[in-house]
Amino acid sequence: MSEHTTHAHADDADHSGVPEHHGPKNPARTFTITLLCLLALTFVTVGAAKINFGAGNTVIALGIATVKASLVALIFMHLRWDKPVNGILAMSGFLFLGIMLLFCLLDFDTRKDPEPQNLPVKIAAPAIPTQGGTAAPATPAPGGAAPEHH
Amino acid sequence: MSTTTVDLHGHPVDGEEHPHNPHHQHHFKTMQQQNDAVKIGMWLFLATEVLLFGGLFVGFAMMQNRYPDAFFQAHHHLDKNLGFLNTVVLLVSSFTMVMAVYFSSKGVKEKGKVVAMLLLTILCACIFLGVKYFEYEHKIHEGLLPGKFYSHHGDTVPNQFVFFSFYFMMTGLHGFHILVGIGLLLWITIRANRGEFSGAYNTPVDLVGLYWHLVDLIWIYLFPLLYLIQ
Repeated sequence: MSEHTTHAHADDADHSGVPEHHGPKNPARTFTITLLCLLALTFVTVGAAKINFGAGNTVIALGIATVKASLVALIFMHLRWDKPVNGILAMSGFLFLGIMLLFCLLDFDTRKDPEPQNLPVKIAAPAIPTQGGTAAPATPAPGGAAPEHH
Repeated sequence: MSTTTVDLHGHPVDGEEHPHNPHHQHHFKTMQQQNDAVKIGMWLFLATEVLLFGGLFVGFAMMQNRYPDAFFQAHHHLDKNLGFLNTVVLLVSSFTMVMAVYFSSKGVKEKGKVVAMLLLTILCACIFLGVKYFEYEHKIHEGLLPGKFYSHHGDTVPNQFVFFSFYFMMTGLHGFHILVGIGLLLWITIRANRGEFSGAYNTPVDLVGLYWHLVDLIWIYLFPLLYLIQ
């Protein structure tokens, strides 16, 4: 309680009971500059997509998108001036998304492709793909000579 | 030091210094505490939103790895210019939203600016959905539809329907969020017009703002992933 009283006395009488609004000193200027940066980065994204960096293109596109997302989160969503707990919650969403993506990709990369890769003529991928997991050896190919289980 | 008097709810009774705010719920000691709690709740919700869209993003990554050629061919059916236009529109709407939040904390005297900024945000949202409508119409006309509804002819690369399944689910879920956002924006525009918001209480504007920025943030990732595949 004493903590509260000190706080109230430190405040200006006009602002007592009013939640503090932390933010930029000149909001209109800060937000305008942020918008211009975001628009400029959008142009960079489109420009970078026209150049072929091979596999680097996706990395570059996602990198720029992450810079833009950070600008939105830190400035438009006020995380920069907020209590850290809000930033931690925001990061936790992305952390768990990262974990989900990581393990899904690990699974994907370590599974054997059921489509034959070593034939002289590569068979075109079927028009309708096999079920999601794709590496289910127990499932016999439709119409194929499935081994009989006795 | 004199003892601090508290009322039934444990609020300090300091006479003139703490005029009771009608929006102050009794289970919070101060407006500051209430505001902090509200923000934490909103950020928790936003984290679940990230995971909701995250599932689709992970699925997209898996299927793009599996059918890279199909995804590359299929993305040529999307209009990059319209995607770019929508990105700009959403970024501008985020700016008008953040200005509305700022003006709403300035009190009733700035309510005209709050309403103007919110209406501009709604306008941007409508432009976004309008552009999306033309994009969808074009896809539906060409039979570029999800799953079994895919009926586009003359494909040289098979399995392009997988891309359009993700395209419609991701932009559709995002578009649904925009629709909800428009509803929320209309609601706070009406309340702002009544002069309900001030420095002491602008929580609804603040939270709708956070929601709106998240919808913008998701589009920031959707645009390069769907429209700019290499």
